[in-house]
Amino acid sequence: MRTRRRIQTVTTYLLLAGASVLFVLPLVWMVCVSLKPSSEVLQFPPRFWPQHPQVDAYTAVFESEGFDFPLYARNTLIIAGLSLVGMVLSSAIAAYGFARIPFRGRNLMFGVCLATMMIPFPVIMVPTYVIFKHLGWIGSFKPLWVPAWFGSAFNIFLLRQFFMGIPKELEESAKLDGCSTWGCFWRIIIPLSTPALSVVGLFHFMAVWNDLIGPLIYLSHQRQFTLALGLQFLQSRSGDTPWNQMMAASTLIVIPVLVLFLLAQRTFIRGITTTGLKG
Amino acid sequence: MKVPQWIKGLLWTSPWWLGFIFFLAGPMAVSAYLSLCDYPLLQPPVFVGMDNYARLSTDPIFHKVLANTLIYAVFSIPLGTILAIALATLLNRNVRGQAIFRACIFVPTVVPVVAVAIVWMWMLNPQFGLVNQGLRQVGIDGPMWLASPGWAMTSLILVSVWIIGAPMVIYLAGLQDIPVSLYEAARLDGASRLGQFRHVTLPGLSPVILFNVVISIIAAWQVFALPFVMMKSSPGPDRSTYFYTMYLFDNAFRYLKMGYASAMAWIQFAIILALTGLVFAVSRRMVHYRGA
Repeated sequence: MRTRRRIQTVTTYLLLAGASVLFVLPLVWMVCVSLKPSSEVLQFPPRFWPQHPQVDAYTAVFESEGFDFPLYARNTLIIAGLSLVGMVLSSAIAAYGFARIPFRGRNLMFGVCLATMMIPFPVIMVPTYVIFKHLGWIGSFKPLWVPAWFGSAFNIFLLRQFFMGIPKELEESAKLDGCSTWGCFWRIIIPLSTPALSVVGLFHFMAVWNDLIGPLIYLSHQRQFTLALGLQFLQSRSGDTPWNQMMAASTLIVIPVLVLFLLAQRTFIRGITTTGLKG
Repeated sequence: MKVPQWIKGLLWTSPWWLGFIFFLAGPMAVSAYLSLCDYPLLQPPVFVGMDNYARLSTDPIFHKVLANTLIYAVFSIPLGTILAIALATLLNRNVRGQAIFRACIFVPTVVPVVAVAIVWMWMLNPQFGLVNQGLRQVGIDGPMWLASPGWAMTSLILVSVWIIGAPMVIYLAGLQDIPVSLYEAARLDGASRLGQFRHVTLPGLSPVILFNVVISIIAAWQVFALPFVMMKSSPGPDRSTYFYTMYLFDNAFRYLKMGYASAMAWIQFAIILALTGLVFAVSRRMVHYRGA
């Protein structure tokens, strides 16, 4: 019995270690290739580790016309910042309405809100483009952050569930002391909801950082590109971009989210298990 | 003066319903109308009735993207589900360092899709890529992967399996929710490990599986960024990796056939609704809700 147990534990560890290596390997290789000189990249047979590690590919990427990392990072952060504040604030306000303000038709309204989660983005892709074009927003950041100020059904749902779990007594006693509804929301609910709000914020940031199709549709000048779009653009002409530079650019765009993940791992895991959201 | 309750409610929920009107219901109405129009973007839309839908039904490329998307879903969803459950089961065995293993397997999921695509383009490079080098070492001459019509789709399905961190974590939480007492009872009844998995784990996990499968179906019909980047915004060899949303995107923003693209969008919506309904109907007997 004991030996059987032993064997099972060892197999479990071996399988997990093997899977972990397989999953991390491509990322390690990405960094390895980015540190290789051009001559080593096209060496056959390929070697895993760089023989003469160097950062030439990174300096080349920073100097190249095709991929202006600081500018794209700035653009991405502006869009992410503007939409993050809007997303968290507006979702929380609407969620509070659905959780705490009883009014006629509220349940019906919330049902419609939930149903809208089923609508795939491509269905509204064409008409929103047409509408933004009429508003003169194409070629600006506006299509990428203004809609975030109207919340998202998913985040509203998530926050509403969280708010419902907060005891009502807190707000009731505050109201007796003359606190307004807004006061209850701002001074009681918001401070108590940081775990849920950080999940919403973190996932929204990741979504903006990763988004390709939004910037691809709405941005028209290279000076406005986000990191994801800039990288795609660099790659689409990779006939003239060496692969060590492609990997250097990829590493640069991966590192911030990697750091964020390592710092906020718990928030990530909690967010996914409570929401089922794809990160 | 006291504000009536319904005004208060409407004010608080206003971010949602304003957004609903301007960014969802409004655009959907516009889209429904555009799907009945010829609209080359630069000229005003002309009403053509069901023309777009009729033309779609005889468009060979439309049939191709439908088939491709279906093939992708049919293979990537079961493969991803099995792998995610297997990994979650391993992680759920009282292992030391669980957090480290979990982090390693999860990490690819936070990598931006564009970077995922670029890394794998080089991983799968027939000559300089790591995959074929690994195969060479065990004496196999690897295929051309992304450049071969027969292997390009397989490549994409394999890459999709690399980013299964989210479902895996959900399965892990699902496994931890299954009461230990059920396993003890099964063991007392003499159930083997496989029997326990079949009669305790799977039923306990079934609501989570349903949830993940539905999400994956919706996601599969929207696959865009991965093939778009990996195939350099082309339909792939022999159009073998041309997906539904890519063709929709090309119709809208490359050929400026906004009406045609809108009709495609509505068909896509109908397919997603139908498939989700089908999955719910089929799963009714298979999903086991504890306490229900």
